[in-house]
Amino acid sequence: MNANWFKFASPATFYPLAGRLIPWFATGAAVLALVGLYIGLIAAPTDAQQGDAYRIIFIHVPAAWMSMFLYVVMAGWSAAALGFNTRLSAMMAQAIAPTGAVMTFIALWTGAFWGRPTWGTYWAWDARMTSELILLFLYLGVIALRNAIDDPRRADRACGVLALTGVVNIPIIYFSVYWWNTLHQGSSVSLTKAPAMATIMLTGMLIMSLAAWFYAIAATLARVRTIMLERERGAGWVATLREVRTA
Amino acid sequence: MSSFFAMNGYGFYVWSAYGVAALALVIELFGLRSRRRAALAEARLADPDAPPVPGVAV
Repeated sequence: MNANWFKFASPATFYPLAGRLIPWFATGAAVLALVGLYIGLIAAPTDAQQGDAYRIIFIHVPAAWMSMFLYVVMAGWSAAALGFNTRLSAMMAQAIAPTGAVMTFIALWTGAFWGRPTWGTYWAWDARMTSELILLFLYLGVIALRNAIDDPRRADRACGVLALTGVVNIPIIYFSVYWWNTLHQGSSVSLTKAPAMATIMLTGMLIMSLAAWFYAIAATLARVRTIMLERERGAGWVATLREVRTA
Repeated sequence: MSSFFAMNGYGFYVWSAYGVAALALVIELFGLRSRRRAALAEARLADPDAPPVPGVAV
């Protein structure tokens, strides 16, 4: 059992495994997104209070959930890298950061274009929005810090410490709407009084969330493969790869 | 069909949100592809037995 675990902790064995997994997650993301978009943009009815502006929820909430979840996963891999000094853990943490930044940007952007018609403003310095903006800066900070350090092993440690320090921001984002009096609403699921409408809206949102999961997994696996090529070029296992041998 | 895009007057906000979100994902995916190509080209350069890479000076 233990032997199996550590087998895939090596880039040489994880690289082909990730390559086999990517098409499944990418196809799953595309199919789920098509179903979710159909429900969100066509099948779900217009909201009684917000009109069609509420349809932004089908990308806003999944992106916001992913932005926080990916940060926790990145911090987890960083902790594993700092604790066990395993190569794959640090590479996984490095691979998650850009996708996390993209999800955070989408959450902020779609929130702005939802806030304008419903609250009358694109932006407010309330606790939920400010802490989500700090999350974007944390992702960008981790990426910039890595680019600023030439030695990858030193970059792993520095980025790991930064990522772990920033994890304190996650509960602040999550509970901000309860701890402070925010413009951002507390609950995002019950938008309407009619239960039948709530069910189809919730279904669309959960399917879009699943699509975001599959997308993030596919993108992270694709990026970690590239990071392996960047960091282990010259290693025997990279030289024997078919995509390296054939131009 | 035009009523679908109008979104009962919220079309600008809905499509600005969906359009830029889609654009962000497309940019990420193109970035992934070009980064992989660059990494593969570097890996071929690091291996003296590999065939030459088109368009990359050795």
